Amino acid sequence: MAKRSAPGPLEYLRRWPLQLWLAGVGIFLYAPLVALMVFSFNDSRRNIVWQGFTLKYYEKALNNASLIEAFVNSLTIAAVSTFLSLILGALAALALWRFRFPGKAGFDGALALPIVAPEICLGVAMLVFFAKVLPWPQGLPWPLNLGAIIIAHVSFSFPFVAVVVRARMASFNRELEEAARDLGASEWRTLKDVILPHMAPSLIAGAFLAFTLSLDDFVITFFTSGPDTVTFPVKVYSMVRFSVTPEVNAASTILIVLTVVLTAIALKVQGDPASTAGGHAALDRPKNRP
Amino acid sequence: MSKPIITFENVTKRFGRMVAVDNVSLTIDEGEFFCLLGPSGCGKTTLLRMLAGFETPTEGRILIDGQDISNVPPNRRPVNMVFQSYAVFPHMSVADNVAYGLKIDRVPAAERDRRVEEALELVQLGGLGSRKPDQLSGGQRQRVALARALIKRPRVLLLDEPLSALDAKLRDQMRTELCTLQETVGITFIMVTHDQDEALALASRCAVMNRGLLQQVATPNDLYEFPGSRFVADFIGSVNLFEGVLAVDEQDQAVVRSPELPADIYLDHGVTGGRGATVWAALRPEKIELHKYTPGQPPPVLDDSPAGSNLVRGVIRHESYLGSESTYDVEIAGGRRVRVLRSNLTRWDQEDFALGEEVWLGWHACSPAVLLN
Amino acid sequence: MEQHWKSAKGLFGAVLGPPLFWLVLFFMIPMGIVWLYSFGENRGLTEIALTGTFSNYLRALDPLYLKIFAKSVGIAGLTTLICLIIGFPVALAITFAPPKAKTWLLLAVMLPFWTNLLIRTYALIAVLRTEGYVNQSLQWLWNGLGAVVGVLGVGSLGPFQPLELLHNNFSVVLGLVYVHLPFMVLPLYSALDRLDTSLLEASLDLGAGHLRTLLTIVAPLALPGIASGVVITFIPALGSYLTPDLLGGPDSQMIANIIERQFKRANDWPFGAALSFLLMYMTFIAIALQAMLSRRRREPS
Repeated sequence: MAKRSAPGPLEYLRRWPLQLWLAGVGIFLYAPLVALMVFSFNDSRRNIVWQGFTLKYYEKALNNASLIEAFVNSLTIAAVSTFLSLILGALAALALWRFRFPGKAGFDGALALPIVAPEICLGVAMLVFFAKVLPWPQGLPWPLNLGAIIIAHVSFSFPFVAVVVRARMASFNRELEEAARDLGASEWRTLKDVILPHMAPSLIAGAFLAFTLSLDDFVITFFTSGPDTVTFPVKVYSMVRFSVTPEVNAASTILIVLTVVLTAIALKVQGDPASTAGGHAALDRPKNRP
Repeated sequence: MSKPIITFENVTKRFGRMVAVDNVSLTIDEGEFFCLLGPSGCGKTTLLRMLAGFETPTEGRILIDGQDISNVPPNRRPVNMVFQSYAVFPHMSVADNVAYGLKIDRVPAAERDRRVEEALELVQLGGLGSRKPDQLSGGQRQRVALARALIKRPRVLLLDEPLSALDAKLRDQMRTELCTLQETVGITFIMVTHDQDEALALASRCAVMNRGLLQQVATPNDLYEFPGSRFVADFIGSVNLFEGVLAVDEQDQAVVRSPELPADIYLDHGVTGGRGATVWAALRPEKIELHKYTPGQPPPVLDDSPAGSNLVRGVIRHESYLGSESTYDVEIAGGRRVRVLRSNLTRWDQEDFALGEEVWLGWHACSPAVLLN
Repeated sequence: MEQHWKSAKGLFGAVLGPPLFWLVLFFMIPMGIVWLYSFGENRGLTEIALTGTFSNYLRALDPLYLKIFAKSVGIAGLTTLICLIIGFPVALAITFAPPKAKTWLLLAVMLPFWTNLLIRTYALIAVLRTEGYVNQSLQWLWNGLGAVVGVLGVGSLGPFQPLELLHNNFSVVLGLVYVHLPFMVLPLYSALDRLDTSLLEASLDLGAGHLRTLLTIVAPLALPGIASGVVITFIPALGSYLTPDLLGGPDSQMIANIIERQFKRANDWPFGAALSFLLMYMTFIAIALQAMLSRRRREPS
């Protein structure tokens, strides 16, 4: 390979103090997670000294019926709430993008509230709502018993989807729509052939976001769930309160791997990590190079 | 006599696998208005940015006043730059923008204020010091950028496509002003541009670049009349190129024979190519004369070329009337089209050369340039 | 151009209806009830009478609770400051990284952000606890040192005293920084990335050093982005429940923990509702401050 030139004045990444800094931040962010994953394979309950490779904690975790149930619950809730959030979020974004109507600013502002409101406030609101207004019946068959949690999750997820979709729609060239209409497409046909394809990447990003938010949520679920509707984070919480055990490590490792796999899939479909972060897409900076 | 102020020694710059600047050696003298000219992506901006210190050469050295500045950061180089986007700091007033460099140099406030005032006067922005950049027009912002760079009294002023963002009228005006400004301040200007008219009008010397390679360094006049390669001939102005063989090559005459042209191209000077070499004859449209063809009449007489050379017959296939002049595409035997530019000397005579007319094309023995590559 | 809703009433209704319905029924109404409860009083075990009293808010002014509010703001502020200090150089390096490295670095910052909060908190517990990785490593070093000292015959080091890294304010701040760092880096990056590079180059060209360029050019121009990073970090940090609950000690409770106690254990919903809305108002104030700051910057003075 050819010789590299000396770092240019703004190539901060090639200067050692910043490399050191980045390495430090990397260790800070990743070392605890890596340690957690590594010690889920360690054949010792207490010691951090490596005692040999084992899968027995995975076996234990997978044989823990209540942990599995919680895991399945979490995935079910995430899937259903993602689906609903996607529809509601896309509709909200379309309404704000397409129409001028009285109270638009109010709707826009109210839609932002679930995003900015502290989780705990949303959690207690859901607790009160399902205690006083809409008591969710006990003992419903699965998955109907998860209804309350799903409703709560949709309430805080769909505004995020709306934000992502709306950011995408801002870059839509309305002349495309006019061209479709000019060529004879009906309103619905235009939506299907021109608007939805433009929206598609943001729907994927939004789905990823909603799924992660749902899977990640502890506080709001904690206030909404009953004794027979335990999710994975709530289950882990009750286990962690007692002690640190390799089983929790094993279960956590499974979820981390799941997250990484999901992320990889989202990136494969999406291409650009910045746009998957929830509207932080700003990679299109013009470079003043010849 | 002029002395060199900037020297590029075998400078190469790669971005990954892309070679932006390929082994360029170049010397620029003190007091020159030097233009780096080329199509976009030719490496001219990279060359300028290496001079300013924003890119570092992969290989080679850059000297200013004989000092190797490869390891000098941009803030310690005796050069200042006018950016393509002007890069006027949007959060500072015009005066603060212009004073920025002096503040860094810790120039006392009184002297600083005086020099800011002078610099603003120099670029005809007197009295606008308290404005914010978003209250200025594009042309005014450019003047701020100029004043801001010149106030540091740099050894060399670098200009990156300074006129490209201005509209046509303003561009013409700024062109004249840049020229005057350089004469006033008397420092070396190095300007990057892709606009050949701009380069020809402003530069004392030009470097033409293509794909990272230096093609030719010459005065505007020499670039146009004595291009060194087909690329330069074609890039600067428009040209008719005829590929052919050097049939005669003597001390005081040469003949190029091209299969595209029914007549020989006769030159009244020798070419350093050697007989039998493949060459290209470059003929500028305005150096071809149009003559009326009348059946039965003898062809026009060219007094400096032997009979049968430098004269071909054709049919006008396309005509663009541009007011002061007209261009014609003339199809000659064999199907090749030749472009001719003709001044409309009277109010009527372009009517002799209408579409479909048969004409003679002739040129002087000193007009074609013979290119070896 | 936006379409007036009357020109396509059917489509408009179909598009706006569902999200509006959901937002009102499953967000505005629950929030509204909590807001009403904050002016209510407990009557019996489950009855709450809406008496319009301000006593719940007055009770929040009790020094005990004021202290917790102040402490929460302090902890969240400290967290934000540390995130800013750690995150700024990271964002700067990412901004000027070559495209490929930039993608990977952004991914590296975001991956923990997508990982379950509880797992990340749990991972920190495993690192910090008395038998955690830090203390066990230190103990191993200590014992090694002790052996060396013993061999040299200088004396003995005594038994290893594990560091109390968990269940105190330090671990809460550490945990909050750990969790919220990506919140800071991403807005900072997108603010820096929007800056015209030639402004930085112009500053360097005119003789300014890197630090001076950062202070006089980058910081003022990126200020709205910095402010949004600060608010995006501060708000969830202020309202965090899990981190102080799991990593904190008895005296590192934050507002959210007090609110939880009112609803789940003390069963004093009206007071919890009042605290909850005080937290909401604090959030709004933070957002309003940021909005004011970015608006003032947009207008030419």
